[in-house]
Amino acid sequence: MRFEGRAHVYGRDVDTDVIIPARYLNTSDPAELAKHCLEDLDAGFVSKVEAGDILVAAENFGCGSSREHAPIAIKHAGISAIIAKSFARIFYRNAINTGLPILESEEAVDGISDGDVVAVDASTGTITNVTTGAVFHTQPFPPMIQDIIEKGGLIAAVREKVGS
Amino acid sequence: MSRPMTITEKIFAAHAGLAEVQPGQLVGAKLDIVLANDVTAPIAIREFGRVGVDKVWDNTRIALVPDHYTPNKDIKSAEQAKIMRDFAHAQGITHYYEIGCMGVEHALLPEQGVVGPGDLIIGADSHTCTYGALGAFATGVGSTDVAAAMATGESWFKVPSSIKFNVTGQLAPWVSPKDVILHIIGMIGVDGALYQAMEFTGDVFDCMDMDGRMTVCNMAIEAGAKSGIIAVDDITRAYLEGRAERTWTEYHSDPDAVYTQVYEIDAATIVPTVAFPHLPSNTRAAADARDVKIDQVVIGSCTNGRIEDMRVAAGVLKGHKVADGVRLIILPATQDIWRQCMHEGLMDVFLDAGAAVSTPTCGPCLGGHMGILAAGERAVATTNRNFVGRMGDPTSEVYLSSPAVAAATAVAGHIALPDDLS
Repeated sequence: MRFEGRAHVYGRDVDTDVIIPARYLNTSDPAELAKHCLEDLDAGFVSKVEAGDILVAAENFGCGSSREHAPIAIKHAGISAIIAKSFARIFYRNAINTGLPILESEEAVDGISDGDVVAVDASTGTITNVTTGAVFHTQPFPPMIQDIIEKGGLIAAVREKVGS
Repeated sequence: MSRPMTITEKIFAAHAGLAEVQPGQLVGAKLDIVLANDVTAPIAIREFGRVGVDKVWDNTRIALVPDHYTPNKDIKSAEQAKIMRDFAHAQGITHYYEIGCMGVEHALLPEQGVVGPGDLIIGADSHTCTYGALGAFATGVGSTDVAAAMATGESWFKVPSSIKFNVTGQLAPWVSPKDVILHIIGMIGVDGALYQAMEFTGDVFDCMDMDGRMTVCNMAIEAGAKSGIIAVDDITRAYLEGRAERTWTEYHSDPDAVYTQVYEIDAATIVPTVAFPHLPSNTRAAADARDVKIDQVVIGSCTNGRIEDMRVAAGVLKGHKVADGVRLIILPATQDIWRQCMHEGLMDVFLDAGAAVSTPTCGPCLGGHMGILAAGERAVATTNRNFVGRMGDPTSEVYLSSPAVAAATAVAGHIALPDDLS
């Protein structure tokens, strides 16, 4: 799983209410949700994001609500992976379960500027800032979580389990 | 002899079928209750359809509560609620609550005896951690986790480490459970307990009623925690009497259980507290915030919509009128609380003061309906989050407080303490 795109860099505590405001939660249509992704944090985000781009943020990304609409909106807005110093735990789980690659790395976040081209290899946890040439390594997922990711998300993993 | 364990570790060991577990260990565990609401259930139902089973694992252990955008706020919300209703009927879900018996989920399920001590509970709502007040491990998850759990009755977890908050002494007058948890969040920050369990001990919690304990555990998520928990005692048992649907198991932390950190907090240092925009950790003494003029006050939610909260609000409002230009919206969290408010005469106090009293709904807390803020407006709310745009326009502001401070604020027109009212 290798992705490359431009980095969109934000600060700490990016909460689920700014990722997808509740006024749009009366639908679960991914395309509709994607139209309003990060609207209350950066009104221009949706118009500037391109397929494959990478979201970069500081600590506690995705804090707040359990709404899975948040990773869905980000994924369908075109973001291929998120790099943060840390993730709020429900968002972390939701991202794994829905197949949105996430990587935790303080060094990478500090070493990426808005607009840099960044390459991510989610299977090895390697992050490369193509613009500056810097390379960062993150902790790999534990095997139980790696298994969910490799099977294509939680539902695929459970489908295999109940089918056997 | 197994290793000493916290209450949280003991619940995980029991549900994973292991003699012992330790923090960081990944386990598959059996669930007692699985919960979703009208926002999160539709996605869970869609994903459940992809699992490849026809029936849910146990139709008596799934709770579906239409509380967020209900009574339906618009056509799209009505469609979402209908997806859940149709699924509940098709699957014979026993704990589906239609409008008329519905309440705000985290007030409703404890009140109805659906959740109890020793349970392992997941809910597709971040404030599921509320049930820790009953000595359960309960945590918020996403819709996909609920979909898998509805199919299998199990989920995967990383056993959390625990932080102990030992609050001793006596709370001053007008210092409430909400002030205790806001104080703690202000102290440790919105990710101060990230991935961990917050265990609350000390005589402040020993004397606290169940409504207050639920307020405290409810906001554990606002410190990034996986759960909040308070051990079972006689207050818990009295609450469960005649209410609990199932027999329960009581777990207590071993005296030598290991905590990543122990905070000793003197209750006398806690004052009536307000969290300023735009983080629950941005706390200040209410006494230092009197210059904040407000347009709206909301008293309700899964944090502070229970009968004790209603009683405190009515006690402050009695004999007073809401200030000119201020809108006071009160939302008793369940039908039973609503009825109790009526029987105790609290409704008269609310109406005499000039408050609007709503049917139970999460409504304004998450900017859904029933009290949305216009650009630049400010609200004091007894709810749990004050993020940008949480209650309406992105330029509006939410200040979090206790019911007492919220009620006094509605009368004064600016942030105020009950003793400020003449």
